[in-house]
Amino acid sequence: MSVLLETVGLTRFFGAVCALEELNLCIHEGDMVGIIGSNGSGKTTFLNLVTGYLKPARGCILLAGRDITLLSPRQITRLGVARSFQIPQLYLNLTVMENLLLALAARSGRVGLWARLHRQNWMREGQEILKQFNLDRYGEQRVAELPEGARKLLDIALAVALQPRLLLMDEPTAGVSTQDKFAVMDTLVSTLRGSSITTVFVEHDMDVVRRYSRRALVFDQGRVIADGEPSAVLTDAGVKRAVLGHA
Amino acid sequence: MRLLLVVLLDGLAYAAWLFLVSAGLTFTYGVLRVLNLAHGNLYALGAYLGATLLLHYAASGSEVAATLGLLLLAAVIIGILAGPLIERVFLRRVYSRDEEVQLLLTFAISLILEDVTKLIWGVTPVVADMPYTSFGSVRLGGISYPWYPFLLVGVALGLAGFLWFVVTHTRLGKVLAAVIADREVSATLGIHVPRVYTFAFTAGAILAALGGALTAPMFSLVPGIGADVLVISFAVIAIGGLGSIGGAAVGSVVVGLARSAAVYFFPELDLFTIYLIMTLVLLFRPQGLFGEIEIRRI
Amino acid sequence: MGGSLRFIPFLLLGLALITAPFVLSGWVLFLLTVAGAKALAVLGVVLLLRAKLLTFGHALYYAAGAYAAGLGVKYLGLHNGFALIGLAFVAGLGVSALLGLLVIRYRGVYFALLNLAFSMVLYGILLKFYSVTGGTDGLAFPAPTFGLIGLSEASLRAQLYELTLFLGSLLFYLTYRFFASPAGYVLFAIRDNEVRVAYMGISVNAAVYLGYIIAGGLAGVAGVLVGLSVGHITPDLAFWSQSGEFVFVAILGGVGSVFAPVVGSILFEFVRNYAFELSPYTWQMTLGAALLLIIFFLPGGVWSLVGLARTRSGP
Repeated sequence: MSVLLETVGLTRFFGAVCALEELNLCIHEGDMVGIIGSNGSGKTTFLNLVTGYLKPARGCILLAGRDITLLSPRQITRLGVARSFQIPQLYLNLTVMENLLLALAARSGRVGLWARLHRQNWMREGQEILKQFNLDRYGEQRVAELPEGARKLLDIALAVALQPRLLLMDEPTAGVSTQDKFAVMDTLVSTLRGSSITTVFVEHDMDVVRRYSRRALVFDQGRVIADGEPSAVLTDAGVKRAVLGHA
Repeated sequence: MRLLLVVLLDGLAYAAWLFLVSAGLTFTYGVLRVLNLAHGNLYALGAYLGATLLLHYAASGSEVAATLGLLLLAAVIIGILAGPLIERVFLRRVYSRDEEVQLLLTFAISLILEDVTKLIWGVTPVVADMPYTSFGSVRLGGISYPWYPFLLVGVALGLAGFLWFVVTHTRLGKVLAAVIADREVSATLGIHVPRVYTFAFTAGAILAALGGALTAPMFSLVPGIGADVLVISFAVIAIGGLGSIGGAAVGSVVVGLARSAAVYFFPELDLFTIYLIMTLVLLFRPQGLFGEIEIRRI
Repeated sequence: MGGSLRFIPFLLLGLALITAPFVLSGWVLFLLTVAGAKALAVLGVVLLLRAKLLTFGHALYYAAGAYAAGLGVKYLGLHNGFALIGLAFVAGLGVSALLGLLVIRYRGVYFALLNLAFSMVLYGILLKFYSVTGGTDGLAFPAPTFGLIGLSEASLRAQLYELTLFLGSLLFYLTYRFFASPAGYVLFAIRDNEVRVAYMGISVNAAVYLGYIIAGGLAGVAGVLVGLSVGHITPDLAFWSQSGEFVFVAILGGVGSVFAPVVGSILFEFVRNYAFELSPYTWQMTLGAALLLIIFFLPGGVWSLVGLARTRSGP
């Protein structure tokens, strides 16, 4: 499999704290990678660096061989990288459908100022995406009126709607109740199956990583301490200590 | 050589004035994160009341201390009357709302104060220049220079030192720093945040009025002086970085000297120096010289 | 059902507006013209408010438009009304395109006050360069021609009214289309979450810049229309109180619809016309008090009352 994303010596500090240290990593085309680690292990910093929200102190990031280190989030998104957020980043005063329509307009590159946003073909596609995510009953509601779980799903739906080559998800099940976690992930996986989207998701829940990823990466204090097949990686005592604080 | 001295003295006097009128605006913004658009009107009220007190109580030969005392009294009266009223009755209700609502609110208050000033003092110019003329002038390096601007520089330096001392060496300074850093956390530490806000807004109002009162002897007072002062103060604190008192001081000195140089060497630029500097600074350092960029956590 | 009849009220309103010059007195017609023209500038303020950008300096572009036309009369000898309007539009676009390069990087208080500062710079220029701008005396607009001959004063007034009506309607329609377009919705999106806009691959800066220029062009046209109606322009067009008035009317009307600025503007012009005569020293105070009332009790502006009535009466 060819390499889609590669980081070389990626390093970032916050003040004196090293949030990410000399990270060398390859993500392969078509893979489903789970990144696990405790709070402050550098997981979200990794996503913020890859998408250009933060700039690294050292190192570089390659997307399909192209150096994207100094590009802005907008430029990186336009190269086919989409992400979802730990705290949903939505347009609270627009309807669920309008949120999605904007994503579809952005994807098509037709952010024009004459034709309507509410176009038949976009509405139809939006409706389908909402169905996939079990959000169709919320279509005409303002996002501000949505329950937390639905917001989380919409946040991911907006990223998926961009049809990226690389999808990055920041804690897709954070804030979702324990019994709903697997349902959310099942929905996601069934949506992504069949598409060729390479997916990287960040999690602090071991069960989610074990069940849904094909490769697990463990972050601890800004470094990768384990990398490999999930069931093998996650049973390692050192990994458990790093993620859970006890073996 | 003489010309340079004059440029320097004019520049310092103007810098002192700029600092006096902008310190309150940046202080209030620093603590409350609200830009008070009524700042210029508080300045105007301070100027009018200061002039009135001078006209009534200061004989033409009265001393420096008495004059300064009267002007300070005017500033405190205005600040104590207007500050808590504006903050407690109006501003407090919009802290949770969008920034532009807060701006609109202070704009509404500015409109009201504009007419209040007109209703009290009318539209005919008020002149109270006794201190400026009666304090006389000093001879320095072969030139004669009025005394009053030196007084202004002294007061500005004193104020800067006082603010610096309060912020770095007192319990009050620590409380302010805590509230600025994190409102919620400082509330859990037992700080009465609403009271700090009222205090900070009132202090800013007194500073605004003080700027006006000290200016009163220099210009004749007419309606509308507040608007110019608001815009100029904003330019100064935008150069220094919104919320930074040190930034306001540096911005004042830079603008003061540059403008006084412009007056003598490029007179047609006079009016625009301040905005020119502001534009240049913002082009290369959008957050101002001493401002900080906040990155939102996502 | 009934959808095909829905245009009838609009048709009647349009007919009434077009035929108004035959019925209304010259003074009322004049006020309507000025209100309609200023509504264009207010529409620009509303457009920016959709992205949560509050400007206290929009009169800058209003004055730029008026003075571009005024200088066109003075130095180029232009008399054709359409040419003057074109000049004002280009001036509004051009100046906002230039200053926009700096201003669009800012939000919140910075955006509001930078605009204010630049408008006061223009005010200073208009006052100071007396030989060009006429200083406090301003510039005079002789009666423009519109490719027709022999206009009496009354018919000029009627023509300016009709011109404002048609040009205004056109620009309002274009803005209405813009609001419903993806680029228009991006302004709303920016208000709610700039980070997500960037993460959709949409340029926040380009969207704000576009909005800023459109708002500048609208204000430029407003400026020349008012200048032509009054026959005379002064630096006060650029003064902060004029910008404040635009903001006030925008908030009074509300940002929910393109019609709100028109309703707000007409209401404002007529009330001011009578209130100002009653008590000139309390006019601003009245505005301030009204603004406070809107902030606390009617955050959606007058237009939200229409929406309220609509929801109460059922679908």
